[in-house]
Amino acid sequence: MSSARLEVIERNCKGCSICVEFCPKNVLEMDVFLVKVARPEDCIKCMQCELLCPDFAIKVHDA
Amino acid sequence: MAKKVALLQGNQACAAGAMYAGCTFFAGYPITPSTEVAEELSISLPTIGGKFIQMEDEIAAMAAVIGASLTGAKSITATSGPGVSLKQELIGYACIAEVPCVIINVMRGGPSTGMPTGPGQSDVMQAMWGTHGDHAAIALVPSSVQEIFTETVRAFNLAEKYRMPVQVLFDEIVGHMRERIVFPEPGELEIINRAAPTDPPETYKPYDATKGQVPPLASFGSGYKFHVTGLNKAADGFPTTKAEYVDAEERRQVNKVNDHAAAIESNEEYLTEDAEVLVWAYGSTARSARYAVNELRKEGIKAGLFRPITLWPFPAKRTAELAKQCKAIVVSEMNLGQMIHEVERAAKGNCTVVGEFRVDGEPINPGQIAAKVKEVM
Amino acid sequence: MAYDYDKSIRPGKLPHIWCPGCGHGIVMKGLIRAMDTCGLDRKNTAIVSGIGCASRLPGYLDACTLHTAHGRAAAFATGVKMAKPEMTVICCGGDGDGTAIGGNHFIHACRRNIDMTYVIMNNFIYGMTGGQFSPCTPTGAKASTTPYGNPDPVFDISKLAIGAGATFVARTTAAHPREIDKLITMGIKHKGMAIIEVLDDCPTTYGRRNKFRSVVDMMKHLKANAVPAVAASKLTAEQLQGKFLTGILFQEERPEYCAQYAEVIKKAQA
Ligand SMILES: Cc1ncc(C[n+]2csc(CCOP(=O)(O)OP(=O)(O)O)c2C)c(N)n1
Ligand code: SF4
Ligand code: SF4
Ligand code: SF4
Repeated sequence: MSSARLEVIERNCKGCSICVEFCPKNVLEMDVFLVKVARPEDCIKCMQCELLCPDFAIKVHDA
Repeated sequence: MAKKVALLQGNQACAAGAMYAGCTFFAGYPITPSTEVAEELSISLPTIGGKFIQMEDEIAAMAAVIGASLTGAKSITATSGPGVSLKQELIGYACIAEVPCVIINVMRGGPSTGMPTGPGQSDVMQAMWGTHGDHAAIALVPSSVQEIFTETVRAFNLAEKYRMPVQVLFDEIVGHMRERIVFPEPGELEIINRAAPTDPPETYKPYDATKGQVPPLASFGSGYKFHVTGLNKAADGFPTTKAEYVDAEERRQVNKVNDHAAAIESNEEYLTEDAEVLVWAYGSTARSARYAVNELRKEGIKAGLFRPITLWPFPAKRTAELAKQCKAIVVSEMNLGQMIHEVERAAKGNCTVVGEFRVDGEPINPGQIAAKVKEVM
Repeated sequence: MAYDYDKSIRPGKLPHIWCPGCGHGIVMKGLIRAMDTCGLDRKNTAIVSGIGCASRLPGYLDACTLHTAHGRAAAFATGVKMAKPEMTVICCGGDGDGTAIGGNHFIHACRRNIDMTYVIMNNFIYGMTGGQFSPCTPTGAKASTTPYGNPDPVFDISKLAIGAGATFVARTTAAHPREIDKLITMGIKHKGMAIIEVLDDCPTTYGRRNKFRSVVDMMKHLKANAVPAVAASKLTAEQLQGKFLTGILFQEERPEYCAQYAEVIKKAQA
């Protein structure tokens, strides 16, 4: 599977950490009040983060 | 061709006036003494493809009327005091969101359920001040069946022209009275339709004051996408709390009426040129007042009648002039004194202002008014 | 891959006003996907709401949007739909807005079976005003006006809608995003009144008072306690304790209101 490119729209992110907690592959981390893409290579493009982000702040692209 | 003539009840004339004005939507909730307006429109609206809906309450009716109007339909609701009380929040909504609509209030007595089948004129202050917050109001008070027809037409015209709710208030007596009415030919009375936006959808702003004091309102479903809210908003229709926008918008919405008060005003004067005493009355009370004036004149008393047809904006200028000319003004109304406060305010102490009131469910009779005039002269 | 929400959102309107973690944003995304799936022409789509946090939703969407007064969405929407039946009408709002102050309009819109889709975001609380209890706040729960625990029984919104006559009733949660758009899509396609109840989270005014450590906790709770209605028959009453049924709860065909009124017009013109 091709790898993913995760885009965080920092302006929109409110740091709720929903994406971090519901990512099945532990790709994301909280960096104080902002999400950080820590391990993009582990992403399986399940879309959970994007679907559950209430703030239109994370997008999963094909690399 | 001879004009069509009929013997109609006031409420039926109201419905006929609505149809003449191009109304295509009614929403209401039954209440005495206004119900015949709904009944008539339930018959006539679908014949022209218009819509009639009986809602679950008067709040819902007001909401549906505003919703329908936003699609471009000329819309009306009819009710009586208790129903108007329920509608108040949404009348304010129609004011701030600037949505044209017509509200008929066939007035009965009381606060609360009061006297459902008895006449009253005690909602006249409510018509101006019933909803919360600063706003302008237009209220018309016809006093005959024919005039109910023409004033209902005018109410639609004013609503569409000034983009706001307009109320027509008549007491139960006029609402239920049967009189001969001559139907105007199509085209005989002026019909004002909503101004169409001059901007294309991409740049349209529903509250753009640079388009004039009354910016054009687009219709939902006509290619325009825009936002409507009851929050204070900027020109684009989106909420704002910026002081300068809020202030400018609130003032524009009040000034769009106040600056045109003279054009909105409509009064009837009877024997006022040389009047020394003035009877100030509206609705069915004005009918008695006119009779009283005739009787008083026979006795040599120089009485005159001032009858506002537009009650709000208040005819302050003409009332003030007459206060300077006359020794006294007798304000007669079927309440315990409401418009008299405005008359006193306009008279500025230039003449005596007294009231002749009645709230027992009986009409004010000419004898009563004449007696009061003699008392003050 | 990444879903293009931007084309549905009015330029410059994000970030939205909702608190961190508020489920209303998740619902809005689901609604956008559903509108796309249905291919709705936004020029002919009215999105109508009342007042509350949830009711701020229409302002973000590029369509004909109508943010009304508290509780009145269904009544305004009825006027829009009656006057212009060719428009697609979507209502949205909170549990308080729709079932307390707006309860009467809600049930009567259901009864008429007027063709619209009502997405009701049930976060069990009055969020906007700071967390007073709503008709959907669980009995015993804490709200700013139930300091000793809520003495009130609860409305089951979906049951209410079914009882009132809605012809498509479904429930899901903010933790089931794909189901949100699936059900809203079905609701929009359904001819008649469709109620989509989305159990939602309000971390700010409900979560913190009711022993949820975080919004993630609330989301996990929603995820863990949802039972698909189709699976419920296999479970005992005991097993269903504290759970909520999700998916399509009710569906029937019944004459739609505007179609009925079109018949009235035919008769009047005959
Ligand atoms: C007539 C009226 N009464 C009360 C209010 C105050 N008010 C605004 S929003 C709201 C409750 C909103 O709760 P809900 O509908 O559940 O939506 P949420 O904010 O939780 O999304 C209340 C009581 C109001 N705006 N108007
Ligand atoms: S797409 Fe799935 S795996 Fe990838 S970051 Fe998002 S939640 Fe994690
Ligand atoms: S879910 Fe969205 S808003 Fe919340 S932390 Fe992740 S990216 Fe930020
Ligand atoms: S108060 Fe609650 S409902 Fe309102 S935005 Fe915040 S989290 Fe959402």
